[in-house]
Amino acid sequence: MDHLRTVPPRGLLLTRVRIVLNGIELIPETSLAVRPGEVVTIMGPSGSGKSSLLAYLCGTLDRAFQATGEIWVNGIDVTRLPIEERQIGILFQDDLLFPHMTVGENLLFAIPRAVRSRRERRELMRQALAEADLAGYEERDPATLSGGQRARVALMRTLLARPRAVLLDEPFSKLDEDLQTTIRQFVFGHVHAQELPTLLVTHAAEDAQAAGGPVLRVGRPAAGPPVEPFAAARSALSRIRPAAKPRHP
Amino acid sequence: MLRLFPVVTLAVFLAPVAAGMVATALPAFGYLPALGGHQVGGAPWQRLLATPGFWTSVHLTVQSGLLATLLALAIVIGFCSAMHNTRLFRRAQVILSPLLATPHVAVAIGLAFLIAPAGWASRLVSPGLTGWQRPPDLAIVHDAGGLSFVLGLLLKEVPYLMFMTLSALNQIRSGETLVAARSLGYPPAAAWLKTVLPQIYPQIRLPVYAVLAFSMSVVDVAVVLAPTNPPPLSTLVFRMFTDRDLAVVFPACAGACLQLLLVVAMLGVWRAGELGFPMLTRRWLTAGGTHKTGAGLRAMWTAVMATMVALSILGTLSLAVWSFTQTWFYPRALPAAWTLSHWERHAADLAGPGGTTLATGLAAALLAMVLSLGCLQNERVNGLGSAARALWLLYTPLLVPQIAFLFGAQMLLVRMGLDGTWIALIWSHLLFVFPYVFLSLADPWRSFDLRYRNSALALTGSPLRTFLRIELPLMGRPALFALAIGFAVSVGQYLPTIFAGGGRFTTLTVEAVTLSSGSDARVTGIYALVQAGLPLLAYMLAIAYPAWRYRHRKGMG
Repeated sequence: MDHLRTVPPRGLLLTRVRIVLNGIELIPETSLAVRPGEVVTIMGPSGSGKSSLLAYLCGTLDRAFQATGEIWVNGIDVTRLPIEERQIGILFQDDLLFPHMTVGENLLFAIPRAVRSRRERRELMRQALAEADLAGYEERDPATLSGGQRARVALMRTLLARPRAVLLDEPFSKLDEDLQTTIRQFVFGHVHAQELPTLLVTHAAEDAQAAGGPVLRVGRPAAGPPVEPFAAARSALSRIRPAAKPRHP
Repeated sequence: MLRLFPVVTLAVFLAPVAAGMVATALPAFGYLPALGGHQVGGAPWQRLLATPGFWTSVHLTVQSGLLATLLALAIVIGFCSAMHNTRLFRRAQVILSPLLATPHVAVAIGLAFLIAPAGWASRLVSPGLTGWQRPPDLAIVHDAGGLSFVLGLLLKEVPYLMFMTLSALNQIRSGETLVAARSLGYPPAAAWLKTVLPQIYPQIRLPVYAVLAFSMSVVDVAVVLAPTNPPPLSTLVFRMFTDRDLAVVFPACAGACLQLLLVVAMLGVWRAGELGFPMLTRRWLTAGGTHKTGAGLRAMWTAVMATMVALSILGTLSLAVWSFTQTWFYPRALPAAWTLSHWERHAADLAGPGGTTLATGLAAALLAMVLSLGCLQNERVNGLGSAARALWLLYTPLLVPQIAFLFGAQMLLVRMGLDGTWIALIWSHLLFVFPYVFLSLADPWRSFDLRYRNSALALTGSPLRTFLRIELPLMGRPALFALAIGFAVSVGQYLPTIFAGGGRFTTLTVEAVTLSSGSDARVTGIYALVQAGLPLLAYMLAIAYPAWRYRHRKGMG
């Protein structure tokens, strides 16, 4: 853990994050490091504060909450930055594909302006479609796609924006059960391959299991026996480090 | 029984409007036996075209209509895109509702009082900033370009479109859409314009059309603020209708038809623009986000919106100040001597028009409420889906220029011996009151939790008692608000009162418009202020009564 204090680490880092609402502590002081390519799962029942934590990471937490602590992405403190400058990709419970754009336009929308040439933008969009097994779908209306297709487009859209970290907000919960497995593999495969530090928020044990990374529980423990591997839980505990504030060069 | 409501409503509405249009179109081609018109031909049109300043009138109508609509929409879109994530925005609804309640005419007269050469605005900066010791010789009100007319329209249309936009925003998941767009690198304003606006525009399309049609065909605001010689087409036609020479009715009808054609043509142009706009902006839409923040934009749109609100409020305030003025020398900022004497002298005169306004407004609003409740309850009980197509029918009275069918409708009323009766007056107001009452009631009514109805039905066994004891009281708040809106709409009506009332009814609005062309600002101030006060009072009652009635019922909050 020592290196955290000296070298700005790659990955997503939460230091001493604590969220309070009306005097009630939703998230006790938590520090957490997510390495590139690693998926850390935050589990908790609804109302446990996990969505508040996610909102804090996105920069959309309501003013009614008092939140402290810092968020670092690849050595940059993004705590005070607006969402659009954090370069954190978010995959939501709903795919939130824009209904007034075609599938291709949804993807083009995400490509940063730094990619100037039109040809290059289209090329990137087509590559992304091909990767999602949707080659030739660019002119389609998102509303005509199946649930699995929409989920894949949504992930490709998130990745095209070139995020430095990814937040997954129960992205599988609204999919049919037989689809969940394949989409999980698709999503985790991509964040592994692109070496993106990823935080998965879920209440489903299957998600945590498939993610394969450490699991962090928030709020009161869910009913039923723990399903995640014991080792993962221990590994998560080891990450809840005491106050260690990284120095930023 | 319930099934009759939609049928009756349509019969009360569309049939007379359509018949009125036909009865206006026939004299336009020379056919009106009552006035000796037997020869069908194009003579009325020739006479219309020969009217001095005719083409200037047409030009003025198209120009001010388009300008007012474009600016109103731009201000609303600009303000929403720049300010949607602020606290001010969340309060916009509260700040804007008094502006929405104030009748057009009162706002227009207030604005005229404010910006006239001897108006309050000029007094506040003179002689300090301007050096004026006497009112400057400028044509600010009634300016030839129609700019003060456009400004007067904007003061009412911006709050209206803003309200419609706010309610459209509640119907899509704008919050989540925005987070998605921003997480892809777009700053708030760009995110709103590119992802929220295209989704809500279809829902504010009809209100935008209503604004365009209204701006092109309104008469009362034009009389107060628009150029007078020649005036916009609607006012020109209105003058012809009220000409002593009855033969002028024929070209007037031709003008009324032309008014309708112009509105239809401009709605077509607007529709073409709507279709073309996405094609032109396709590339911009997906060009990628920039990390610019728009602090300058925010300041600008807040300033524009604040100016609109301030002009409205200061205008109304200047009505009040004038009504208590004894002597007020230019360029002093406030009167030198105040008096109650104008109010004392005119209190008795106010009673007549005030009573007519009140009675007509209440009757029209209550009738509209009964019809709306009937239609909505029919929809609920007989399980008809919410009729999206019927929305177009509802908007018909708001899209067809009043002047295009009111004369014809009056002819028909004469035939039936109903012209100049209370029935005719209230019916003519109902035409414009009903759409607003229905629209404001429909959303809350359709989102009512049906389990209340079902359990009450099980307990009482009577649909009527369930309706009166459970459904209506639970909907009390939106119902009273809809009543207040209907009342406000009725108070503002000018042309329907003149035509259907057959000149026998004088309302506060009619008085205020007539007085506005005179020279006594004090009396005009009194009438315009009372005219503005009645709807405001209705709004306040609609908000205060449920709050008081249910002060011990937290669940009704």
